[in-house]
Amino acid sequence: MRRVFAAVGAALLCASGGAASPPPAVDQAVVESDAMPAKLSAFGLFRGNDPKTPSTGIGYTLRAPLFSDYTDKHRFISIPAGKKAKVAADGVIEFPVGTVLVKSFGWSDVNGGRPVETRLLIRRAAGWTALPYIWDADGKDATLALGGRRVPVTFKSPDGETHSIRYAVPNKNQCKECHSLGGEIVPIGPKLRNFILDPAASEKLRSVYFENPAALKPTMPQWDDPKSGSVATRARAYLDVNCAHCHNPAGSASNSGLFLRWTDDPAGVNYGIGKRPTAAGRGSGGMEFAIAPGDPAHSFLIYRLESTDPGIAMPEVGRSTVHKEGAMLLRQWIAEMPKASH
Amino acid sequence: MRFHGLRHAATLCIVAAFAANPAAAKVISVNATTPNANEKLQEALILAQPGDTVQLGAGVWKLTDGLSLDVANVTIRGAGAGEGGSILDFAGQQGAGEGLLVTSDDVFLTQFAVLNTKGDGIKSKGADRIVYHKLRVEWTAGPKETNGAYGIYPVESTDVLIDSVYVRGASDAGIYVGQSKNIVVRDSIATENVAGIEIENSYDADVHDNIATKNTGGILVFDLPSLPMQGGHNVRVFENIVNDNSTPNFAPKGNIVASVPTGTGVLIMANRNVEIFGNVFDQNGTANVMIVGYRYEHKDPKYQPLPRAIVVRGNQHGKAGYAPKFAGGDMIAAAMGGSIPPVLWDGAGDAVVLDKVGVLSLNLPDVKTPQSEAKPSPADLSKGTPPAALPVIKLPDAMEAKVK
Repeated sequence: MRRVFAAVGAALLCASGGAASPPPAVDQAVVESDAMPAKLSAFGLFRGNDPKTPSTGIGYTLRAPLFSDYTDKHRFISIPAGKKAKVAADGVIEFPVGTVLVKSFGWSDVNGGRPVETRLLIRRAAGWTALPYIWDADGKDATLALGGRRVPVTFKSPDGETHSIRYAVPNKNQCKECHSLGGEIVPIGPKLRNFILDPAASEKLRSVYFENPAALKPTMPQWDDPKSGSVATRARAYLDVNCAHCHNPAGSASNSGLFLRWTDDPAGVNYGIGKRPTAAGRGSGGMEFAIAPGDPAHSFLIYRLESTDPGIAMPEVGRSTVHKEGAMLLRQWIAEMPKASH
Repeated sequence: MRFHGLRHAATLCIVAAFAANPAAAKVISVNATTPNANEKLQEALILAQPGDTVQLGAGVWKLTDGLSLDVANVTIRGAGAGEGGSILDFAGQQGAGEGLLVTSDDVFLTQFAVLNTKGDGIKSKGADRIVYHKLRVEWTAGPKETNGAYGIYPVESTDVLIDSVYVRGASDAGIYVGQSKNIVVRDSIATENVAGIEIENSYDADVHDNIATKNTGGILVFDLPSLPMQGGHNVRVFENIVNDNSTPNFAPKGNIVASVPTGTGVLIMANRNVEIFGNVFDQNGTANVMIVGYRYEHKDPKYQPLPRAIVVRGNQHGKAGYAPKFAGGDMIAAAMGGSIPPVLWDGAGDAVVLDKVGVLSLNLPDVKTPQSEAKPSPADLSKGTPPAALPVIKLPDAMEAKVK
């Protein structure tokens, strides 16, 4: 039965010319259907299916990226012709149906710099869908990995240390665990406060994709640039992106009562100051508080960030190495808090 | 999302969507011996449609990554939770905070085992009408601080049924229900956990016909501050066997259960309207029943730290109070002839104890008074008027039908 369905469907699609040869541009029919193509090439997002050359769209970066085992991430947005994203009055970036956020993950010293995986976040009529693709060994296409996979890699982090890890490409559900808000999938990085549209792009190009590109003014500091903000604000930007996608009242960690959004009160107990562990198990590390002001060594938020043990580590998915530079920033932030404030 | 035959279709042309004609519920069988079994099982859990059953083959599954289910009305059914059944072994787990995570409604989990997860065993979050049935979650080396925290862990859910499960070795609670409503935990065994069964920040729960033995504390009813859902109330703990809860506390410090004294039968902290009746207690060295306030510093003005309207009636009390493991307990026991009474109250809040056994009050008038100022003395709590009896918890018929 399944084979018959598949064959009929395939025949219909082939008849419409969709997959006879690599499509010259983004195939919006595929993007906007509810399909989960087995091959990334079905979307036509890349010219010649080379992950370095998007067939359309505009690049972007973030003030604070989500740490993913020191991968370099190449991001771009594909928006259907004639449609535009816009910054809404409340600061949310609204992407039209048919948008694809494309993010390729790799290391400069792995696979000759070719990405290991490309994740798509697709805005369909019914909402956002997340699909993970792993690049094939020959590098010519990438294959859907709904169930996720561990890929052994060896790379050097910026401090020169060599890491050999079994890098986890997330499964489709794990995509949602991080990208979930009230049970629906949402983008994490592309929030106004964090979003930088390719500075090299001309005003004209920017206005092709955005109704009001001038409104794109990130408010968070660059997490790793001391000139861009104080230790505290940079630490909060880091927490916003690396933790708050789960740690917010409608996220995957809502039950923890630990809320780390840029907009949350950083002096409140729900921001972790003097907050006792909830459902932390071994994650408490024998400590009493998530954040003990002035005392990073007794703050289990740090303990969890610096662990790679799945029973301890935070975030729970997407990390097999410790982000030393991020943890160092948070240590400094906690160390500088006055001890008396809790 | 409809999806058919990924692996069978021609690779180039499989992007079609199909007409809206939901196929009849189907059984998706997955076997432990399949190459890449972890990935294949996870894929099956993603591709399942509402109404489907994912059938786990018998055997030991060596899993390296946590599994998750986000499709409503799916059954995960194994070939049994014991030897020769479907054993999901996470000893080599490299990622995810739990063995299995369920985030969809109307899910039925039955007849498999989850062993040796690094974090929690099976967690369900925002998963209404979930049924846990004939499952085993175990850390097979027994009590160790390095074991995962919770065995069976539903949270933020309405209508929860936990029926005929076995949980051993959790370094926090074997069966933990948090921030949920309308809950039944029954016919289950919790042994050698820090807390056997714990109902926390939840409303309307029946915990009955369970065996809680050899834990640090048998059955806990807690309410904690600074959480999205609090004000725990309406919990009935009845007709359980709660005995020999003698395992030294092995919870990582900082967690609230690390403060549970070894030898606790039932412990109620900061809840209202809790009924403890018809249980069989024996060999709980600290107390068969403890009723206490939340005594830690907190900054939550909405939080109510006292136990209120607690009723203890019609229970059988075997030996208790012979090894009280709270601060100063041994001295009180010595002064009272070697043991303290089977019911222990810290003195704050209100409780009615109709069992014909002694009650020891620490006479702490509120939660601010430090425990060092305890003035222990026997108390008579039989004179108060118990509040109206709580109603039986009724779950939707469809949930009960699943376990019939």
